[in-house]
This record gives sequence, C-alpha cells and structure tokens, in this order.
Amino acid sequence: MMSLFRRPVATAAAVRRTAGSLRVGETGTICCLEDPTMALKLLEMGCVPGVQVRLSGRAPLGDPLMLVLGDNEYTLSLRQSEAATITLKP
Amino acid sequence: MSTTLAASAPPLPVAPAADRPLRIALIGNPNSGKTSLFNQLTGLNQKVGNFPGVTVDRKSGWAQLAPGRRAEIVDLPGTYSLYPKSLDEQVITDLLYDRAAPNYPDFVVVTVDASNLRRSLLLFTQVVDLGLPAILALNMTDVAARHGVTIDVAALQRELGVPIVPMNARSGSGVAALKIVMAERLATCPAGLFWWPDETLLPLVRHLRYYFNLHNDYLALHYAQQYRHVGFLTADDRAHVVELVAQHGFDATARQAQETIARYQRINEILLETVTVTRTETREPVSNRIDKVLTHRVGGYLIFLAILFLLFQAVFTWAQYPMDLIDRGIGALSGAIQARFSGPLVRLLTEGVLAGLGGVLIFIPQIALLFGFLAVLEETGYMARVTFLMDKLMRPFGLSGKSVVPLISGLACAVPAIMGARTIESWKDRMITIFVTPLMSCSARIPVYTVLVALVVPDAPVLAVFNLRGVVLMGLYLLGLGAALGSAWVLKKLLKARERSYFIMEFPVYKWPRWKNVALTIYQKVRAFVWSAGQVIVAISVVLWALATYGPGNQQAEAEKKVRLEEAASRSRSPEAGLVSGGDAELLQRTERRVAAARLETSYAGIFGRSIEPVIRPLGFDWKIGIALLTSFAAREVFVGTMSTIYSVGQEADLGTVQAKLRAERGPDGQPFFTPARAMSLLVFYVFAMQCMSTLAVTYRETKSWRWPLGQLVYMTGLAYAAALLVWQVFG
Repeated sequence: MMSLFRRPVATAAAVRRTAGSLRVGETGTICCLEDPTMALKLLEMGCVPGVQVRLSGRAPLGDPLMLVLGDNEYTLSLRQSEAATITLKP
Repeated sequence: MSTTLAASAPPLPVAPAADRPLRIALIGNPNSGKTSLFNQLTGLNQKVGNFPGVTVDRKSGWAQLAPGRRAEIVDLPGTYSLYPKSLDEQVITDLLYDRAAPNYPDFVVVTVDASNLRRSLLLFTQVVDLGLPAILALNMTDVAARHGVTIDVAALQRELGVPIVPMNARSGSGVAALKIVMAERLATCPAGLFWWPDETLLPLVRHLRYYFNLHNDYLALHYAQQYRHVGFLTADDRAHVVELVAQHGFDATARQAQETIARYQRINEILLETVTVTRTETREPVSNRIDKVLTHRVGGYLIFLAILFLLFQAVFTWAQYPMDLIDRGIGALSGAIQARFSGPLVRLLTEGVLAGLGGVLIFIPQIALLFGFLAVLEETGYMARVTFLMDKLMRPFGLSGKSVVPLISGLACAVPAIMGARTIESWKDRMITIFVTPLMSCSARIPVYTVLVALVVPDAPVLAVFNLRGVVLMGLYLLGLGAALGSAWVLKKLLKARERSYFIMEFPVYKWPRWKNVALTIYQKVRAFVWSAGQVIVAISVVLWALATYGPGNQQAEAEKKVRLEEAASRSRSPEAGLVSGGDAELLQRTERRVAAARLETSYAGIFGRSIEPVIRPLGFDWKIGIALLTSFAAREVFVGTMSTIYSVGQEADLGTVQAKLRAERGPDGQPFFTPARAMSLLVFYVFAMQCMSTLAVTYRETKSWRWPLGQLVYMTGLAYAAALLVWQVFG
C-alpha cells in the first residue's frame, strides 16, 4: 500500500511490494524471490522467505541500496533492479 | 538428530600416513575472520604469489600445531556456499571435488561468524555433507556476546557432530585450543547428513555416483550442478553428464534453491535449541551509524576524495625522504667504490649492478605506503563502501562498483589488481575491468614521472596551496584514469554480455585494521617486488651495461681514435688554453666525455638504439631514449635504471642521482636535451604504453586467451605512440 502513494498509476504490478520499493527506514518481510538465478545468490546471502528486511539507506545517487537483514544482523548492498526481485508480504 | 539413509552414510575418511604432514583447508564466509585465523596459524611461513610463476590460486602456509607436528594450511577464498558464483570461488570446488587429487585436504576447518550463525552454517552443512571431516572454528564470539547472542557450545557440538572451538581470531584467543584439536586430528564426519537429495533425484544421482565412482550422493549431485566448471572432467565425461541431466529433466536452479531453503530450515531447527538471543541494545549498531556518515549524499564522496588525496600525499611527499636517502646512499656507495678501485669488473659493479639495484630499491617506500594504505582500507571494511558509492557512477562506462577496487589497486600494481577482478561475477564487467586496469598509473610509473617532472617542471607554488609539480603529477594520473574510463566505454559498446551483472554483497562491519595483517601484506608485496621485478631489473641492467660498453669489431676503438685526434688538433690550434693548468684539466675532461659518448654511440646498445631511432624521432626521442623504451617493455621500472646506466657510462660516478645525469645531457646544439616538450612527450608515452610483461602474463592467465593481452599490448602502445606524437608535434 506504500507503493500506492509513490506511484500515481496503480496497476496490479505497482501494488506489489518489493524490497526495491521500500522507503528508507521502512521494514518488510520477504515473501518470495521472483528471479530464479538471482534467487540462488540472494538465498545464499540469507534472503530467505520469512526474514525481515529494512531499507537502511541508498547510495548518494539513489542506487544501490543498503538492506539490513533480520534484527540488525548484517547489511547487504544490492542494486535497485536486484532488490525489485524480492517481493515482500503485503 | 537427522536420520540417515543407509546408502548416504559417508565412508570413513582415509587416514593419512602418520609420517606425512597434515594438509588442512580453511574455508568460510567472506569477513568471517578466515584470513586473520590463517595469519595466526602460519605467521610469516606463508607462500603467497602475486607474480607469474608462483601459485596465485592457493594461499598456503605451514603451522606448528604441536611439537614435531607440522601441518600445511591452505587458505581458500571466502564463499557463501559450495555453488561457486565467481571464478574466485571455483577454486574451492576444484579442490574439494576430487578425493584422489594430491592436494585434497585431510580435513577442513570451517570458520563461522558466531554473531551470524544461521548464514554461516549453510556453508558448513554443505562441506560436511560432501563427506569432509571438519572442525568448526566458532569465530567472533566477542561480537556475538555484545549482540546478546548466547550459544550453548556443548549442545551445538552435539547437534552438529563435529568439534567446535570458540575463538576470536583477531585477538588470538582460542587459537591455541584450535591447534590442539587440529593436532589431535579430532576432525570427524558427523554420523548423519544435514540434507540429502530427495527420492526423485536419486536415479540421476546414483547413476552419476557409480559412473564417476564417487563416495557420496551429495557430491554426485554437485557434479550434476557444476559439471561445466569442474576442471578435471574430460569432454566425454561432460557430454555424458549433459545427456543424463537432460534425460532426467534436471532443473539445476530450482533444485539448488530447494536445497538452500531446506538447509536453512534444518539450521533453524538446530539454532532454536542451541542459541538464545537477548537484545541488550535497541540502538542501531555502530557500523550502521558510521555508514550514515561515510555513505552520505555529499559527505560520502568528499570523504572518499579526501582519502584518495591523503593516499597521493603519502606516496609522493612522505615517501620522498626515504627515497632520497636510498638514492644518495647508492650514489655515495658507487662513488666510493670507483674512487678506490678501477677496472672493468668495478665498472660492471657500479655502472651495471649498483645502478640497476638503485632503481629497484628506490621503489620500496612508495610501494610499501601504497599497499599499506590499500590494506588498511580493505581491513577496515571501507573498500566495500567505496564500491557502493561508485557503482552508479561506473555503470555508464560498462564497469561496476566492484571494478573500483581493481582500478584503485591498479595505482599500486596492475598484477594483483587484475587478479582482484575475479570477484566480479559478470564476464563482461570483468573483462572490461581487466582490459583497462593497466591504464591506471601504477607505482612502476612513479619513478619515471618523478624523475621527468622534477627535471622540467619548476618547483613553484600554484594558488598558494598546491605545488606545480604536484599538479602536473595529478594531471598524469587523471590522464590515465580518463583513458581507462574512455576505453571501458568503448569496450562496453563492443562486447556482448554473457550474463546479467550482479551487485549483491555483504557490508563487512567496520573494525580497526589489524596492524599485523597490514604489515604482513606490505611485507609480502615488497618482497615479491624486490625478488621478481628486482631480478629482471638487475639482470637487464647488467646486460645493458655490457651492451653499452662493448661494440662490434674495432668500431669503438676507431671512433675513440678519431675523437682524440680531433681534440688534439683543436688543442694545438688554441695554445693559449694550454697555458692555464685549470683550463687544461677542463679540456682533458671534455675530451674524455666526447670519447665516452663516441664509444657509447658505436656500442651494441648504441647501434640498437640508432636502428629504431627513425620510428621514435617523430615523438622527439633519440636513440638513448630508444634503448630505455625497449628495455621498458620488460617492465617500466627498468626505465630509470636504464637511463641511469646509459647516462652514467663515462660520467663521474658521484653524479649520483639520475636527475643530475639527465640534466647534464646536452643536445647537438649544446642546449639541455630534456626540454619540457620532450619530457612531456615521454611522460605521456609512459602513461599509456603497455610496458609490463607481468601484466600481460597475468591477463593471459585470467582471461585464458591470448586475444586479451595482445589487445592490451597493441591498443595501449598505439595509444601511447599517437599521444606522444601529438604532444611533440604540437609543442616540440
């Protein structure tokens, strides 16, 4: 629903919440990983469905992002396009 | 505990012969303290190669585990799983797949970050399921405690079925206990597996297992996943696997994802019973707060620039004092020897060996500082943030944020920098990075720059704070960087991507650098430089001295006779000069200089230089520079040594510094030979030219094709020629 406010055109795809559409400081829970190849890497790095993620910041030019996993366990850095493959639970 | 399928039970490990030293592999996630542990175990007994001819893939060393019990420790690159995503990680599977390989470890020590157990254990369970006896080094227990993580080590040891040693590799606590466990060979295979391929996979897995005669199902599954990257499989074997995989409809990606998720489930079960977390602090971790500053919108870049500036300042200003000391020391030594002894052997020693040695030793301060600086940035975790800051900026040029580290390391030396590009997963990004890295001005160019800039650029202040020489030097570095980015952009247009480029990485937690690790890095780099580059340089200097001293037939003798006759004739024409004894000495000196110059010109080196002179004359270079250029193709750093050798032939030895020798050089018109335009042309040539055998060799090894190093050689040297031509034709 956060993405509704950010995107004027509310198509079905736009409603989908992803790690890439989080705002800085916002938290979500991983639901599934969209891209099969990317998923392998993300899984290994601990982005497992059910894990909580928080967008802790963006690089000065808006991309890549910093994603804090779990309860402040560790920080991953990944590109906007990669974060967009992580769907969050609504 | 998990129940085990009877067929999957790992066979007992083959016990090594008692007299053979143990071979132990260290494996773990990046930033799990593996390198610190390796350094703790081996100290200075390491063998790390960064130059061709030495193994680079494997870092190994010897550890004294107990009196009379030594073990070879192999440090494997950091990885998150046994399914390699980059070339760097592939080394691991190459080593662990083949039990018959001579380097197969007796057991492995898995380093695990205690504050991040869940993710670290993923790799651990894979290693164990492969049938490798393992010891778990539970590292960073102090960090875990600070995070409120309490681990019931005894319970965890029961659950995992392997010995666990809690430790802190940075401070060294627990290392002694680990050594004892290692020496006792208490490495065991747990009775059960953590995960096994499900029923539907068994037909494929069993087929592979019996076809390749493998010791367990999980390894067979790995063959199905990784056959493309397993180096020791023959083409026939591979074709067979392809056929089987297709026949069974094996979906590698989906199966791998299933496996990872299943493993996490199992790990969660284990951790639920063994780990309790009581968060003591609710504030953000310190590291995240530091990130707020260091990756700030404006501040982040300013801090990065300031750090780069400091790096340059260190290399060019601080290093100057020890360098002057070395330079003067060599000059004085050489002068002292020549003052006491004479003869061809003494000249070989001073003009050949010592001149060359000086050219090697003088680099040490700059190389040490540069690598020290880079090691500190890497150790603290700041390099990862640089990658993060630069990614978006680099992408328009076809590079990724991960290219920044090789490019910055390229300021030190292109050889380790190119190897550093292994961490870039995307083929295209990696190739572009490798191709353009040698355009970054490496430390071997520093002496060329320093000598020539100091020769022609006045030591004048600019805008009150800067120094004109510093500004020109900075300009040369920017020229190299510009060429690297421009070339990358062109390559981006030319190359086709083979796969998508990734940028997922973990931010290491900020920590103070461990000075022991930094010192070790500096020591290794300097040693590698002095040994490998030094041997080449000294050898070339000696050969060069011989070539510059001797010539074919009696051409040299005839040239000398001719000069002496001319001088004698001119002296007799001007008898008033002979009246003053001081003038007489001066005349004699002039005669000696002319004789030396004539001898050099008719020497082998002179003939050689003259033959290439037509090609380089349009750049403003003469045959003496021609000799230096030719020898520089072995390695740039030879330039100063060569100039030193060529110009010292026939000159007073106490004219110690190369600069003094170059300044004394006169053109045919009697004016100083090294004019600003000529020096600039030469400088620009050195910025671009590919003059490093080691770089070409490492590019070949990393790309596994001659096309890339040849491309670099032709492209960079062509660029250098064109740029130098432009400079000389416009300003000369």
